[in-house]
Amino acid sequence: MTATATTRGSGTDVRLTGISKTYGAFTAVHPLDLSVPAGSFFALLGASGCGKTTTLRMIAGLEEPTTGTVELAGKNVTALPPYKRPVNTVFQSYALFPHLDIYENVAFGLRRRGVKSVKKQVEEMLELVQLGDLARRRPQQLSGGQQQRVAVARALINHPDVLLLDEPLGALDLKLRRQMQLELKRIQTEVGITFIHVTHDQEEAMTMADTVAVMNAGRVEQLGAPADLYETPRTTFVANFLGTSNLITADVLGTAGDAILLRAGDTKLGLPATRCTAPARTGEKLLIGIRPEKITLTHADDAGTIADGRNRVTGRIAQSSFTGVSTQYLVDSSVATGLSVYEQNIERDTRLVPGAEVVLHWNPGHSFGLDAAQNVEAGTDVEAEGAG
Amino acid sequence: MSTFTATDQPPAPTAPAARRKRRVPYWLLLPGILWLLVFFAAPLVYQASTSVQTGSLEDGFRVTWHFATYWDALSEYYPQFLRSVAYGATATALCLVLGYPLAYLIAFRAGRWCNLLMVLVIAPFFTSFLIRTLAWKTILSDGGPVVSTLGSLHILGLTDALGVTEGHRVLATPLSVVCGLTYNFLPFMILPLYTSLERIDGRLHEAARDLYARPLTVFRKVTFPLSMPGVVAGTLLTFIPATGDYINAELLGSTDQKMIGNVIQSQFLRVLDYPTAAALSFILMAAILVMVTVYIRKSGTEDVV
Repeated sequence: MTATATTRGSGTDVRLTGISKTYGAFTAVHPLDLSVPAGSFFALLGASGCGKTTTLRMIAGLEEPTTGTVELAGKNVTALPPYKRPVNTVFQSYALFPHLDIYENVAFGLRRRGVKSVKKQVEEMLELVQLGDLARRRPQQLSGGQQQRVAVARALINHPDVLLLDEPLGALDLKLRRQMQLELKRIQTEVGITFIHVTHDQEEAMTMADTVAVMNAGRVEQLGAPADLYETPRTTFVANFLGTSNLITADVLGTAGDAILLRAGDTKLGLPATRCTAPARTGEKLLIGIRPEKITLTHADDAGTIADGRNRVTGRIAQSSFTGVSTQYLVDSSVATGLSVYEQNIERDTRLVPGAEVVLHWNPGHSFGLDAAQNVEAGTDVEAEGAG
Repeated sequence: MSTFTATDQPPAPTAPAARRKRRVPYWLLLPGILWLLVFFAAPLVYQASTSVQTGSLEDGFRVTWHFATYWDALSEYYPQFLRSVAYGATATALCLVLGYPLAYLIAFRAGRWCNLLMVLVIAPFFTSFLIRTLAWKTILSDGGPVVSTLGSLHILGLTDALGVTEGHRVLATPLSVVCGLTYNFLPFMILPLYTSLERIDGRLHEAARDLYARPLTVFRKVTFPLSMPGVVAGTLLTFIPATGDYINAELLGSTDQKMIGNVIQSQFLRVLDYPTAAALSFILMAAILVMVTVYIRKSGTEDVV
């Protein structure tokens, strides 16, 4: 396909420097620096009202930054109106023109730039999003998923240097959303354009993006590859917003080699120093985090079978719920109440029912350390809202 | 995509209940239908029969199927017909030119002033149409502020030359009648325009700007086409009553500005030639119906957009 061949690898890097946005007394985006490498699939992830959409709109030129600059491929475009920026947006509600058919919607950008013969390009683009036979329909005659594809086609046909996606899958049902996630990822790989994707769905961000920036209250909390963010969150917000984390407050006993020794209650825990983003000073507190699926649950009677060198916490099962692929337990222990544990449904131990005494144990290398001065609950409630 | 078959439908409720349910809309329509029958259809039939009667006030009128009345009425009063259409169309065009920017401003730029501005648009309706038009008579009178201002700016000489005013007067000229029509029917233009503009999703403007449309192109390619329902409704609501209007021509015009409404009024109330008056009414109605149909057909297709 020529449309894709000519644009392959033509992505442009985006650099935001000290960019901020205030509305009166309200600061939507605190001054932030962000650098999106050319050709990458970049996600801005956060709960509603965290400033991610405002950031996107400032890149598009639909919102004027209060301070800071926007650079595309090293060129400062801060003062350029949206129609002069080599950037296109896929809007949250698609914003397809209801008075134009699909063909004319897709051709809109080309016609505005004075392209004479749009037929070939429009047809190719409609082929790419598999809507060739619907060219003469009106947007309102299409399903949500089809409208979404038209919105992508309408933006992509202009070969923008950067494609901005503002929660483009928010209006779709779960199954279609999963399908479109893969579809968008496929298109991005095919055309090689830089994609900046705004979403509140952490799973969506992790599935699609090469790099995710987690935003909270107008600030970037952490930026990195999805796996890095998940495995080594640097703040409690990221730990709780991306998936679920068990965070245990512990005292630092000291260091042994490259491990930090901690004590929570009368339980001793280990943590590799490389996986701790906070300074670990003996006598001070630290948060040790562990993901629920990394914990193994063993009945107290079998405690002897647990290998040495693992972090162990004893407790009692408070709740269990069967979800199909796994069983989720809530365990109350002396170090923390309500610890989450996900056990794969491979060999179910029938003794693991509420009230049972158990030992939670995990490889210390899977733990991560966080600064104890933070709110342990940060990001827990917003995730529930975001998932809704 | 899945195709729905009959089996996907919920099971039909039992027959009598369903029949009762189906009748409800008709019962609700009944008062409106009765109203139309009594106050629209019956007078229409009565006027239609009047228009083909002959006779005199003394001997009484009888239906003689005298269709020549139509031809006579048209050949005698066609200047007033043409003038009515010309005045009505001019006033409609002026209303659109004046009303569109105002409606646009209220819909997109007024913010919290929006409601207040809409009240101001409707405010003239709180006083009588007649009183307002009489007030215009004072404003446009020979010694009034408009004439003196236009006179000192030497605009009246220009309008005299164009034939819309006469002898350095504004009152009793085409200008005063068209201005009166424009003024009186402007809210009928602004309201539908505002409604259709206000309904336009602001994100469509953003999408257009994002897709390389300059501000003027955004208006030409997105805003205006999407406001077409308002433009059509507003022009109809202005043109139809303005063309049939007689108050403005009566109060602000002279015999040279008589519109067809004035002729019908005097035939009915002064000359007491009921068949001619009825025939004129029907010709006006038919003419407006034809013009409106052609207009709606045109604007319904995309070439107007």
